[in-house]
Amino acid sequence: MSEGSAFLQLYLSRLREFLREPEVVFWVFGFPVLLAIGLGIAFRNKPPDEVAVGIVEGPRVAEARRALSPGAGFRPQELAADQARRALRLGKVDLVVVPAEVYEYVFDPTRPESVMARQRVDDALQRGGGRRDPVPVRETHVTEPGARYIDFLIPGLIGMNIMSGGMWGVGFVIVDMRARRLLKRLLATPMRRADFLGAMMASRLSFVFTEVVLILAFGWLAFDLVIQGSLLLIALLAVLGGFVFSGLGLLVASRARKIETVSGLMNLVMLPMWVFSGVFFSADRFPEAAQPLIRALPLTALNDALRAVILEGAGLASQAGPVALLAAWAAVSFVLALKLFRWT
Amino acid sequence: MSRQHAVRCAGLLKTYDAKPPVEAVRGLDLEVQAGECFGLLGPNGAGKTTTVEILEGILEPSGGEVEVLGMRWGRDDDALRQKLGVSLQETKLADKLTVAETLRLFGSFYRAGRKAAEVMAEVGLSEKASSWVVNLSGGQRQRLAVACALVGDPELLFLDEPTTGLDPQSRRQLWDIVRGLRERGRTIVLTTHYMDEAERLCDRVAVVDHGRRIALGSPAELIASLGGEHVLEFAVEGDSLVPEALADVSSVRAVRAEAGGIQMTVEEPHVAIPALLTRLAAEGRTLSRLTTRQASLEDVFVSLTGRHLRDE
Repeated sequence: MSEGSAFLQLYLSRLREFLREPEVVFWVFGFPVLLAIGLGIAFRNKPPDEVAVGIVEGPRVAEARRALSPGAGFRPQELAADQARRALRLGKVDLVVVPAEVYEYVFDPTRPESVMARQRVDDALQRGGGRRDPVPVRETHVTEPGARYIDFLIPGLIGMNIMSGGMWGVGFVIVDMRARRLLKRLLATPMRRADFLGAMMASRLSFVFTEVVLILAFGWLAFDLVIQGSLLLIALLAVLGGFVFSGLGLLVASRARKIETVSGLMNLVMLPMWVFSGVFFSADRFPEAAQPLIRALPLTALNDALRAVILEGAGLASQAGPVALLAAWAAVSFVLALKLFRWT
Repeated sequence: MSRQHAVRCAGLLKTYDAKPPVEAVRGLDLEVQAGECFGLLGPNGAGKTTTVEILEGILEPSGGEVEVLGMRWGRDDDALRQKLGVSLQETKLADKLTVAETLRLFGSFYRAGRKAAEVMAEVGLSEKASSWVVNLSGGQRQRLAVACALVGDPELLFLDEPTTGLDPQSRRQLWDIVRGLRERGRTIVLTTHYMDEAERLCDRVAVVDHGRRIALGSPAELIASLGGEHVLEFAVEGDSLVPEALADVSSVRAVRAEAGGIQMTVEEPHVAIPALLTRLAAEGRTLSRLTTRQASLEDVFVSLTGRHLRDE
């Protein structure tokens, strides 16, 4: 009797081959975590920067120095006129104050930080000069959970990872096997095609599951990510995404004989989604006219649904649209792929 | 079992779509007996691989009849695949699976798959059981490929160019494996463009050229068909000789010009050599080189086609 079922052996082979390629393991598991760390740090929410302001010599310099003190949120530098211009040009200061009888603000109005600096410098100088605000105001500060950039980013990274994992994990692997004539060799055995495909899918979903858990756990541990929605629903979306992108991977691999061909095809499929599907920034930023197209992309649907569930605690009913779209993508890509597929 | 044909094909045709279409196999007839080791011998591009891939059910023929183990492709595919063992030309097995894992994988596809350990012992890879395929030598990989063909306990084994690209020692190891299989009564069909391989391993050989069978028989029969079992090669100083003028030398069966000299097929060298020397002396020619050797399948191919097996 044979040692274990064909499905189990095929599945184990996929796991072993994957885990024995350290580079692949890094790109699948390490890379998204590094990306999250890098982007999370670069775009962490922090109090507004101090306003870097250059102060030039002038009759009211003492007054200016008093109003624009570090305690009031400024970083003043006293500079000679030519130095001040240079500092402004290089972005070392946001604005230069010339404290003549009439204060002069020197700044570039197309630079947002300079415009903000003008407001704050003006406020400080006017108040220092004795201005009283006619309307009383009060401020309440709130920070909504899930509104930080890292919160936005983590579901996008999960979506991106499911996409590239599925495309590479199925597309690349199959074309590699075809180029090695290993597919042809398997064809000469009584192996059932369903076992082969099933094992490929099962191994893919095992990796998807691990990836999602890893990224979410990392977000929770390192960035206090709060998962609002149901874990089961997240798992469902991940499985659905896994099917969609394995199907697309199978489709691009259905005929390609060379690794170069399939790499090109995969980039052709993935590149638009990296840009348009809201991985690193919201897909809403693209023009209205492009939205129907962008909304039809499977990664957009996956990212939107993951964000809704993870960040807003959305339920299945509210995500029926994206779920249906993903299911349709999965069905179409698998049917097409199996129709076109060549073993040799 | 003993009387049955393991493979029978008649009028086999295979044309590949291309511009212009490539006629890889043009009307090939084969009958392989159960229990024999049958060789398809021919130069690269003769249609050997296409032929065995049709017999293995990987390619569809463009025409002709194919019967394998009394069954037909398209009707008995699963039953056939259960009974065939296949080693393709140039298959690269998964680099990072071990020998044992690879054999367990292939074994799992068969209803009556054999134990990996047993097959490893049979091809001498037991010590490499836990080595990754990527770390095996060329000869070890080829033995693993044969082991993958054996793990389903096949009735009929196809080996496509099993020793191409191997060093002499690895080739000999593989020959021993094939001989062992034959002794245990397995039917083997192997393709090769090495005449010595066909001579040593095969009970019968079909010589194939340009998609057609141009000779069939045991290696000894094919060599005997040359009319003599010895080959005499010589050269003379000065102008080269006209081959036809030497055809009447005693015991000579065939004469042809070879690069830089003359090649003769002779029945009895001890008769032919003195006669040849007398003839050359009479014509005042001086011998610059003379060798004799046993005739081989290479000579059969050359006499049939005028070309060497490895020319192409």
